[in-house]
Amino acid sequence: MNDQVRAFRALLESLDRVGAENAVSQALASLTPIQVIDQIVVPALEEIGRAWESGEVALSQVYMSGRICEELVEAVLPPSDPDRKHQPRSAIVTLSDFHMMGKRIVYSHMRASGFELFDYGRMDVDELVDRVLADRIRVLMISVLMLPSALKVAEVCRRLKQAGIVVRVIVGGAPFLFDENLWREVGADAMGRNAAEAVTLVSGWMQEMEA
Amino acid sequence: MSMTPMQRTLAALGHGEPDRVPLFLLLTVHGARELGLSIEAYFSCAENVIEGQLRLHRKYRTDCLYAFYYAAIEVEAWGGSTLFTEDGPPLCAGPTIRSPAQIDSLQAPAIADAPGLGRVLDTIRGLKAQVGDTVPIIGVAISPFSLPVMQMGFDRYLDLIFDQPARFERLMAANIEFTVEWANAQLAAGATAICYFDPVSSTTSIPRELYLSTGMDVARRVLPRIKGPTATHMASGRVMPILGDIADTGTAIVGVSALEDLAELKAAAHGRVSLLGNLNGIEMRRWTPAQAEFAVRQAIAKAGRGGGFLLGENHGEVPYLVPDEVLLAISAAAERWGRYPLDWVEVWQK
Repeated sequence: MNDQVRAFRALLESLDRVGAENAVSQALASLTPIQVIDQIVVPALEEIGRAWESGEVALSQVYMSGRICEELVEAVLPPSDPDRKHQPRSAIVTLSDFHMMGKRIVYSHMRASGFELFDYGRMDVDELVDRVLADRIRVLMISVLMLPSALKVAEVCRRLKQAGIVVRVIVGGAPFLFDENLWREVGADAMGRNAAEAVTLVSGWMQEMEA
Repeated sequence: MSMTPMQRTLAALGHGEPDRVPLFLLLTVHGARELGLSIEAYFSCAENVIEGQLRLHRKYRTDCLYAFYYAAIEVEAWGGSTLFTEDGPPLCAGPTIRSPAQIDSLQAPAIADAPGLGRVLDTIRGLKAQVGDTVPIIGVAISPFSLPVMQMGFDRYLDLIFDQPARFERLMAANIEFTVEWANAQLAAGATAICYFDPVSSTTSIPRELYLSTGMDVARRVLPRIKGPTATHMASGRVMPILGDIADTGTAIVGVSALEDLAELKAAAHGRVSLLGNLNGIEMRRWTPAQAEFAVRQAIAKAGRGGGFLLGENHGEVPYLVPDEVLLAISAAAERWGRYPLDWVEVWQK
């Protein structure tokens, strides 16, 4: 981790919004917006994600870091900017249960990393499958908190496969952290242990798909 | 001579060694399965839950009765609604506080005006009439600091904590009055102790520095007003960095996570609080009986010595999808390996 990333991570963890804004402004003197995102913002969020997983930082810090970065990136790279990553088409959803925090965090991290994606809010299986097909989604991110909701991912994957379209599914949330085999059991393509890891995995898929 | 569940539990909480490690499998929705009812029908009537709890207690030889229905029942008292599912805990169907400005005129609801809470109190009275003082009856109160996750959504609640401290304090004031009344109503109905669920205080959710000025401050304003013993439960969130701070709130037990090492937690508890946990309730769904037995032995080996330990799962509620065979295997293993003086531990750990 270089000094710039280390310093930016410290500003985020201490919720120093003004300091983070100043750091981005300084970096923009020598880097393009997308370089600032890829070389400073994303690595700092990745570090914070790993630190949450090991218990070093708390969810409130992950959430606020994502929110701060989302706002900063929004300012330097608006949704209409051609450098925004729109393709392949991707979406995020909270499946079945009403715990929206995980989705909110991952959505912020995705946007802070320069991605544009559909936010489906909360959906049940039928509505989600219909929407994914209608929107021609290629990457689907599913967040859950409850075990029964996690098991419903299996039905989503089965129905998408049955429809004959290739959609890569990444899952995240507490049940997958407490049972490391669960994401495979439900037929997902990957699990994100934390928001930043989810972004990294999806970034890799997107590059593969565009190649 | 065999002890009653109450004697066994009190001995363990006194940091002594009873006849065996108390088994606190916190079972809720499994009662519906015992009675052949849907989860919604089961929770619609106190008599169902009384019968369900007594059957579960006999079947799995647990050392407590659990009067908890579901977390959203408290939000029903605030005007919220509940969504019932076929195979999981009933869920809070949406926030009751949709705008922070609503907090300015928020008043704690009266316990007597909430039919759901009334059913819980009837359940406690019914259980008490059946078991008297032989089996601990555990009531539940969601911490005023954690209740807003259901009242307004976790992300909006964090925004409130960071951006609107005056309104946060106003919300805490209303919630504290509710929680104290609700906990004391359960104790008056016959509950032995109150499980104070406070997952937002866990270091999984907030850093220690924030806990000291928020969740701990709230606990210090609440727990002394609850007229009975309390167990603080983090619903599978981590506690290691704040275990001593939680002990300072005056609670007797801490519910701990499968994500942390039970031996390290036991050492850190240092006889100041007892531990409840930490079997992995999510993995439990697909355990074989042999895996269940191994997990029980491991937990007892790590934390059983010297008392101060209640064996249970780590979330405060066993998922509905955990099959009976696994629960029976846990029960049998607790009976077999939980007998003090636990003279098998050293050899087994080698």
